[in-house]
Amino acid sequence: MELFITWFKMGLFTFGGGYAMLPLIQEEIVNKKQWATEKEILNYYTIGQVIPGIIAVNTATLVGYKKQGVFGAIYATLGIVLPSIIVISFMAMGLSHFIEYPVVKHILNGIKIGVSILLIISIYTMFKKSIGDIYQLFILLISLLLLIFTKFNIVIILLFALVIGLIINFTKINSKSGEDI
Amino acid sequence: MIIMLLEFFKIGLLAIGGGLATIPFLKELSLTYGWFSLEDLSIMIAVSESTPGPIGINMATYVGFNSYGIFGAILMPLALVLPSFIIISLIIKGLEKYGDSKLVKAIFYGLRAAVVALILVVVFDITSMALSINMYPFSFNALALILLIVGLITQIKFKLHPILLICISGLIGLLLKL
Repeated sequence: MELFITWFKMGLFTFGGGYAMLPLIQEEIVNKKQWATEKEILNYYTIGQVIPGIIAVNTATLVGYKKQGVFGAIYATLGIVLPSIIVISFMAMGLSHFIEYPVVKHILNGIKIGVSILLIISIYTMFKKSIGDIYQLFILLISLLLLIFTKFNIVIILLFALVIGLIINFTKINSKSGEDI
Repeated sequence: MIIMLLEFFKIGLLAIGGGLATIPFLKELSLTYGWFSLEDLSIMIAVSESTPGPIGINMATYVGFNSYGIFGAILMPLALVLPSFIIISLIIKGLEKYGDSKLVKAIFYGLRAAVVALILVVVFDITSMALSINMYPFSFNALALILLIVGLITQIKFKLHPILLICISGLIGLLLKL
């Protein structure tokens, strides 16, 4: 039940897609409830990105599963999906023009700034906690360049990062063993 | 109804890369079955940018509601989510078993760095949208930039709950008629 409510709240306040959910996840899941660590969340985002489906939903399912098995996964998934179902059902009933009201526009423009503020802080903490060494920073920069300047599919870029990561790791293990990644 | 459920299940199974990856599939759905028009789809994309919830889920709900009422609005998104749910169940079993192995850690080592890069790009996109940044000719909303900076300093100092900050920023948007 706690899982359901937590993810319902996140589904309700996530504007702008799965990645915009990150600040809320950090606050609720990592800091408050301590259901997962920052690194684990990033791993879940990674999985959420490479398997089919919607990233936000995938992340919720993964955290739910880790916490309480299959039922936890079901509660978390329902929690994150339900707000959209409610909002869109109202819209389908004929309220679909509500986004054209100036009042709504002003509020949404304000929210966009708020979301940006949260995201900038989130990515900073995430960067500090999950980029452990110079090699990982190197992979990050290469991926960033590929994302900005090429039209490669995201999955290809992720695969590329995976391979480089593996190569770096195996050469590292050969030189100095036993270091935690 | 079975066909519709199966179609959304299929999208859930094939769309890799999040909400936006569902758009081409939804387009095809519109052309094949006519459950919704392409105009509906473009409205829904705009709506999904400004309401909570991913585009795929929103479209599934919308189509389900229009065809089968509230019952459809609940079932269609679930059909969409089911494939990843099953896949995750399988993956997590493997993770529990091998999660601490050197190989799995090495796999995530590189992937994590790439995902941070991915999120960086998204943060940049969302922020430039919030500031209405235009490249050619270069322009941006100066008031929004000031609010962003003031907000950043405030948030770093006081660490408000994200939901509270979102509510406050919506209120400020309303008061200043952003």
